[in-house]
Amino acid sequence: MTVFTGSDLTCLRGERLVFGDLSFNANTGDAVMLRGRNGAGKSSLLRLMAGLMAPRRGTIRWQGDDIADDKIAHRARLHYLGHQDAIKPVLSVRDNLRLWAELRGISDIDAEIDQALRALDIHHLGKTAGRYLSSGQKRRTALARILLGQSDLWLLDEPTVGLDRESCAELARLIAEFRARGGIVIYSTHVDLDIAAPTILDLDQFAIPMMEWLVEQDDEEDTRESLSPDMNQGKSAEAAI
Amino acid sequence: MNAFVAILRRDLRLALRQGADSVMVVAFFIVTTTLFPFGVGPEANILARIASGVIWVAALLAAMLSLERVFQTDYEDGTLELLTLSPVPLELLVLGKVCAHWLTTGLPLIIAAPVMAVMLNMDQDGFGTLMIAMLIGTPALSLIGAIGAALILGARRGGVLVSLLVLPLYIPVLIFGAGAVEAALLGISAQAQLQIMGAILLLSLAAAPFATAHAIRQAVE
Repeated sequence: MTVFTGSDLTCLRGERLVFGDLSFNANTGDAVMLRGRNGAGKSSLLRLMAGLMAPRRGTIRWQGDDIADDKIAHRARLHYLGHQDAIKPVLSVRDNLRLWAELRGISDIDAEIDQALRALDIHHLGKTAGRYLSSGQKRRTALARILLGQSDLWLLDEPTVGLDRESCAELARLIAEFRARGGIVIYSTHVDLDIAAPTILDLDQFAIPMMEWLVEQDDEEDTRESLSPDMNQGKSAEAAI
Repeated sequence: MNAFVAILRRDLRLALRQGADSVMVVAFFIVTTTLFPFGVGPEANILARIASGVIWVAALLAAMLSLERVFQTDYEDGTLELLTLSPVPLELLVLGKVCAHWLTTGLPLIIAAPVMAVMLNMDQDGFGTLMIAMLIGTPALSLIGAIGAALILGARRGGVLVSLLVLPLYIPVLIFGAGAVEAALLGISAQAQLQIMGAILLLSLAAAPFATAHAIRQAVE
């Protein structure tokens, strides 16, 4: 059985349809690379997978259970890395990481943080305040966060932004180690990250023009009720053209 | 519970490193209260008459001013997003943050209040009740304010908006807070007012974390 699946996903951001009828499958040890032009919905898909947003339609399942049913359990198994590093300028690198370790209920916090800092080669920065870090060092601190505690799923949104070439290689190595332990990595990137045999999910294939989607919705009586009035207006405007 | 302590400790540490925020709230409270003798004149009887109301209004405004920073910086740097993705109930984290907000703004206001009462020539009989009323009232201000602070996330000019959202909700606390002190000054029991304030506190304690967490989830979506 596949571990992490999404079926028939439709994502609506504001009034814009980002993608529709998207499905994905990932097994233990898999890496899925999200590809697509700007605005194709790579970040949106990662946020759906994390449970930060709910899909307009479709379900995401972990070992057969809808992730929306037990969000706390889903959050405990995943690490999400967004565009922002969430580093507090007045706190040291260690204190920044400490909160996340505590929230995950890690017992030996100092040892875990040491290990994560060493893995990203920023152990010497442990006591440095966030405001003195370069953007690459901030990104590495954010990456150190995803090494804390047990996790089965990494959702990485452009993890390489701000990283130099060595750090990218380092990241690729960490991802390989995580996969060897049975972890699933889903990531989007614009640079070549040296990752073995990733499954490629091209989001451009799932873009649907708004018009087509609305026509399809018209056939489904029940879902049409919940559509907002401005979208119906948008449709008539398009029809007039 | 660990999560509550973790977020409380981090927020207190942040407040300590950026100590200016907390000091500014108290300074604002003192300056606003000081303006009244200039405005209404230094007549001791008039000042004594308006003292309880003035102190409460100034405390309300000071508490409100500090609301914007409760979630705003965490929202801007992506921390809030990660907090909602932590494997702990967001309501608990909200409660921790509100508690930190109260400790860094409400508590200093309670300490500063009697000093302002002396300046406004309030009778000594009212001091005890004033402090008890503020001890019950200011946590309610933090809790109610957190809802407003979470609702304005992502909005431009949030500071003005939060005052429009939150100040009307502060009115019951103002009425019964000032009423309790008035009662004590007249020599009658302030128990009724204090009990109603206790009820307001309990109600906001029960409802505010859920409302705030919901608003935060909307904001980070």
